[in-house]
Parts: sequence; C-alpha cells; structure tokens
Amino acid sequence: MADLAESRLAPSEPLKPPASSTGVIGWLRANLFSSVWNSILTLIALYFLAVTVPKAVDWLLVDATWQAANGRECMAAAGGACWAAIGEKWRFILFGRFPYEEHWRPLIVCVVFVALFLASCDRRLWGMPLLAIWAAGLALNALLMWGGVFGMTYVDTSLWNGLPLTLILAVIGMAGAFPLAIVLALGRRSHMPAVRAVCVAYIELIRGVPLVTLLFMATVMLPLFLPPGITIDKLLRAQVAIILFAAAYLAEVIRGGLQSIPRGQYEAADALGLGYWQKTRLIILPQALTVVIPALVNTFIGTFKDTALVIIIGLFDLLMLANAAMTDPNWRGFATEAYLFVAAIYWAFCWFMSKYSQWLEADLNKGRRR
Amino acid sequence: MAIDARQDGIRPSRASLVNDPNVRAIFYQVVIVGAVIALGWYLVHNTLENMARQGIAGGWGFLGREAAFEISETLIPYSPADTYGRAFLVGVLNTLHVAILGIIFATILGTFIGIARLSTNWLVKKLALVYVEIFRNIPLPLQLLFWWSWLREATPGPREAWHLMPGVWLSNRGLVYPVPVHDPVYLWMGAALLVGIAATIGVKRWAKRRQAETGQPFPTIWTGIGLIVGLPLVVFLLAGAPLTWSKPELKGFNFAGGASVTPEFTALLVGLVVYTAAFIGEIVRGGVQAVPWGQTEAAGALGLSRTQALRLVILPQALRIIVPPMTSQYLNITKNSSLAIVIGFPDLVSIANTTINQTGQAVEGIALIMAIYLTISLSISLFMNWYNRWVALVER
Repeated sequence: MADLAESRLAPSEPLKPPASSTGVIGWLRANLFSSVWNSILTLIALYFLAVTVPKAVDWLLVDATWQAANGRECMAAAGGACWAAIGEKWRFILFGRFPYEEHWRPLIVCVVFVALFLASCDRRLWGMPLLAIWAAGLALNALLMWGGVFGMTYVDTSLWNGLPLTLILAVIGMAGAFPLAIVLALGRRSHMPAVRAVCVAYIELIRGVPLVTLLFMATVMLPLFLPPGITIDKLLRAQVAIILFAAAYLAEVIRGGLQSIPRGQYEAADALGLGYWQKTRLIILPQALTVVIPALVNTFIGTFKDTALVIIIGLFDLLMLANAAMTDPNWRGFATEAYLFVAAIYWAFCWFMSKYSQWLEADLNKGRRR
Repeated sequence: MAIDARQDGIRPSRASLVNDPNVRAIFYQVVIVGAVIALGWYLVHNTLENMARQGIAGGWGFLGREAAFEISETLIPYSPADTYGRAFLVGVLNTLHVAILGIIFATILGTFIGIARLSTNWLVKKLALVYVEIFRNIPLPLQLLFWWSWLREATPGPREAWHLMPGVWLSNRGLVYPVPVHDPVYLWMGAALLVGIAATIGVKRWAKRRQAETGQPFPTIWTGIGLIVGLPLVVFLLAGAPLTWSKPELKGFNFAGGASVTPEFTALLVGLVVYTAAFIGEIVRGGVQAVPWGQTEAAGALGLSRTQALRLVILPQALRIIVPPMTSQYLNITKNSSLAIVIGFPDLVSIANTTINQTGQAVEGIALIMAIYLTISLSISLFMNWYNRWVALVER
C-alpha cells in the first residue's frame, strides 16, 4: 500500500518537449520555416545571399590586390578590389593637402574629437565639467590646426582638409547653431506676435530650401552682403551656412521639448515669482533639453552627414579628397574603393552615434517604461 | 503725463509704464522688428553698392536672353538658342521629374523594408535591418557618387551591354528599354481608366451605404480592381490590341530606338530612393508597432479576417502616426534632388549655377531657386496636411 501511495504522490519525470521544437531545428522551424509563406521567403532570401555574398567577398577580399606599385599592376592582377590604391592614398584622403610632415597634427585633432565624443557619452560628466572639457579640447584643436606657435608651422584654413574638416564643420556647426536654435524655439513659442512671426519665417524659410542653396548663397552672395573690402575665408563662409541651416532644424527639435513641458511647470515658476528669463533658464530649458537629447544626437548625425555637401563649393572634405585622390594618373579608376573607404569612416561615426542615441533614449525613459 | 494718469487710475499696482507687461512686449517687438529691418536694409544696401561697383545690373531681364549652353537631359524641347527662362523651366521639370519618381519608388521600397523589419522571419528581418543600418548612415552625396561611378566604370560599353531582361540593356551610356509606339487608342484607354476610377468611387459609396443599412458587405476591392484594370483592357481589346514596341537596337556605337535614361538620372534616382527608403522603412515600422496589440486582438474578436483587420483597424491607426514624418521625407527627397549637381544631372540648382556663372546675376538666380523650392515644399506640405486631416482621428 505504502509503495503504491508513494508512487502516486511522487512527481513523474516531466516529458521532454518534442525534438522538433528545441535546439537548432526548433529555432529554424520557429524563425525561418514556420509556414509555407515563411519558408518561401527564407528560400528567396537565402538565394539572394548566395548570389551576392560570395561575389562581394571575392571582390572585397579574395581577389583583392593588397600590394602594388601602381594602378596598372592592380588592373593586371585578379579582378578584385585594389586596396593598394587606398594603402597609397589613405593619408591624402584623410588629411588632404595639410603639410605632409605635419600630418600628426590633424591626426591628434581627430583623436581629440573622438575622445570628446566618448566623454560626452558619459552622463556623469554632463553639465559644467563637460563644457570645460569641450572648451579645452576645442582650444587644443584650434592650436594644432592653425599652428604658428611652439615650433609648429602656420597652416592656412584652405589646407584644413579631410576628416578634421568634416569634424570641425559638424561640431562647430552644431555648437554655433545651438544658442541660435534656443532663441528661435523660444521665439516661436512667444506670446509676442511680431517675435513669433520673425522666428517662424526664419525656420520655415530655411527648412523649405535645400542646404545646397544656402551654401551657394554663402559663396556667391555673402561677399555681396558685406561692406566692400571685407572678405571672409571660404571655410568660415561654409561654416556660417551650416550653422544657419542646422539652427532651423535644431529649433524645431527644441520646440518639441518645450511643448512637452507641462503647463504646471510654467505656472509653478510664475507662482515662485520668477521672471521670464529666470523661469526659462532654471525651470523650463533644463527639462526641455533633457527630453530632446536623443533627438539632438540625431540632428547632429544629420549635420555630420550634411557636411559632405561642402564638396559643391569646392572645400576639400573627405568626399572631395576621395575624388581628387583618384585623378592621380598612376591610380586612376579606383573610385569605388576610395568611396567605400570614405563611406566606412562616415558609417562608423554615424552608426555609433545612432546606437548611442537609441540606448540613451531607452535609458532616459526607464522611469516611464512599465 | 501718461504715468500720472495711471497713478491716479484704478490700478495703483502698475506703478510705471516700465513694468507694464503689455508696454514691455510692444517695446521688445518694436526693437526686434526694427533690428531685423535694419539688418535687411544694411545687407541690401551693401549688395546694391557692391553690384554697382562690379558693374552688375540687377533685374530679371536676363531671363529673356539667349542661354547658349547645352542641357544634356530635357523633358521639353530645348536648344542653346532658347532663353535662360526656358532653361530654368527645363531645370524645374527635371527636378520635379526625379522628385516625383523618387517619392513613388521610395514609398514602395520603404514600405517593403518596413514590413520586412516586422516580419516573423528571422532572416528577412535581419536583412532589412542591415539595409537600414547601412544606407541610413552614409551621406547621400557619397552614395550618389558611388552609384554614378559604378554605373560608368563597372558597366560595359554599349557593344557588350548587359542584357537584363528581354529588350532591356544596361551599359555605361545608361539604361535602355522598349516603349510602346504611341497609338490614338491609348488616349481612349486613359479616358477608360478615369471612368474606372470614378465608377470605383461610386461603387464604394454605394457599398458603404448598403452595408450601413443592411449589414451586407460588398467586395469593393475586387470590383474596383476589375473596373480600373478591366475597362482600359476592354477598350484595348475592342480596338484590336494595337501594340507595337519600339525596341532598342545596337546601331554603330550606341543604341537606337526605345527609350533611355542616362547614368546621371539613374544614379540620382537610385541614390535618392535607396537612401530615403531606409528612413521610410523605419517610419513605417514605428507606425505599425505603435498600434497596440490589443487592437489586433479586438479586431479578431469582432470576427474580422487578417486582411480586414489590417485594412480597417491597424492601417488607419498606423497611418496617423506615419503621415507627418512621411511628409518630411517627401520634402527631403525634393530638397535632396538638388544634390544632382555633384553628379552633373541638370536639375534646377545645377542650371541656375551655370546661369549665375554666365550672367553674374547671383542675387536673382538664388532668389529664383529659393522661391521655386519654397513653392514646391509648400505645395507638398499643403497636400500632405490635407491628407493628414483626412486620416486624422475625428475627435468629439
């Protein structure tokens, strides 16, 4: 009897799930072959991969030429990519016409910029410490780019090429646009109709036209705008155009943040007896800007990509240098390789920033997530 | 005096005009508007002075002068003997051409990518993700140059052109494809298409009213497809199916017959579509994901089929979220088409640039470009806002 009772009460060995629903096979069935339609899709995708991936790998790696004295040797070798051309030209594509022996200077500038980006990712530094770090970093970069002191030769801005140029245009563009954008965003939300009209007109005018026209305006019309005798160098003109352009987009982002602040915050600030500027500086902006940080990062990515447009006014950014590098008669005809090299650089920056923005958005919303 | 009057008045708390918010507001506005006007006047003054010094005569007279430059691609007849005004028109049409095609193809490809991102199929999902992550994070000018150089360098000459499909050839001169030779019947087919669309709208209204009264559904979609496709087809068959193709054939060093698009146009269109589709894909995915799962369940509980649930419950709600960001993507395509200048496609900006270089009329040229882009942007915004109101939630 006791035996029977024991066997009844003892839990029986649990049944294993069917072999077809676990392990690799189970995963495949659930994710790739869950239905007829899904199986067809999987097969189409596999066929597509089978056609493209081997070809791409062959061209990029297997048949590629890594060492060659000049372009003709590359052409004569197997039909793959000619990375020897990049090996020969990478310093030109990255730093352009900056004096060759001084290339360590733009290199350090790029490293400093990357370090500044990384420092900005750390939320413990946000606020005054970060501002101080940026100010120091930018001062160091300006020193390194211009030179003229401590035995470094003076380098004209027309020789600021390649990656440092792209980074400078994007960073200064964003930094310069930021105060203007805050003013525009506040103005657009103002109760004074004339102020609102001016801000709306500016924002919509700039957002309605392509950056190309603004860059043209900066090169063709800015000299006409200024009193006779005053000239501005080309880099600064492009920089002004980028600042004016970015400010309009940034203003809309910040306006989004301002709109998300509940009315009660404004009323509470009024009740405390704060004036408009105190209210804005102490209560509204800190909250509004925190909300839009991910969107600010996205705007920065946009500005970073937009700097590639300065090619049309003849500034030597990465893209222009990739073009220029491949006009060398010894290395003609490897534009694809040069573009891929430049694309990889842009991609690395943008992808990292977009991932950071996504992570930050999730992190800032932690409190709201259920 | 005014201050005294106030101090004697009913509101003693307003001690002086300086602290009156209304007076302050007016004062600030006068100052700001004054500053804007002063800045504008200063710039105009300098510009006029500079133009006078450089001997540039202002005005729009140059639009009537002979342009004397070639344009490689035109939708309307154009020769260098035509005026600058006509050259601008060619540029506007080229911009609109590429923008409209770009918007259509990017919407199709982007929707496809967005749906693929939501697929339950792991492989499809990951492929769509890779697509989005690659193309979203590389600047558009770079992509355009890449496609353009690839089309010129990796493709063979016309003699060894790639035969993609029967009658379709790709070479470094561009893409050539067959087109039907025009026949008067096609006009009637167009008319039949319009009749079909009008009839479908009528049927839809009638079906909706009948369903509201009797509860009986009517297969509107299939009837609509039948009317819109069927009517032109019937006209075509009744007319004896007049179809002759103009096929491209290799004559000498290039193709003759058929229709062709240049590498510049192809690169611009492909670049715009591929780049923007990555963004549209994310918008579509976000829009569909934003509709709560409960809506799908509720639709199922009401006995709607999967297609009905998608069409009647999910899509109308997703569209509300999708339409506003989609509008800005359409605006982006239009504005980004100005990048044509980096690959030498003769769009508005590129033609205006040539004009400015030849005539020195920088102010007029840039003002004209800006006015045209603003008009296009505004038109798209107005249309999309109208559409947005149409799909927006009707609240009580």
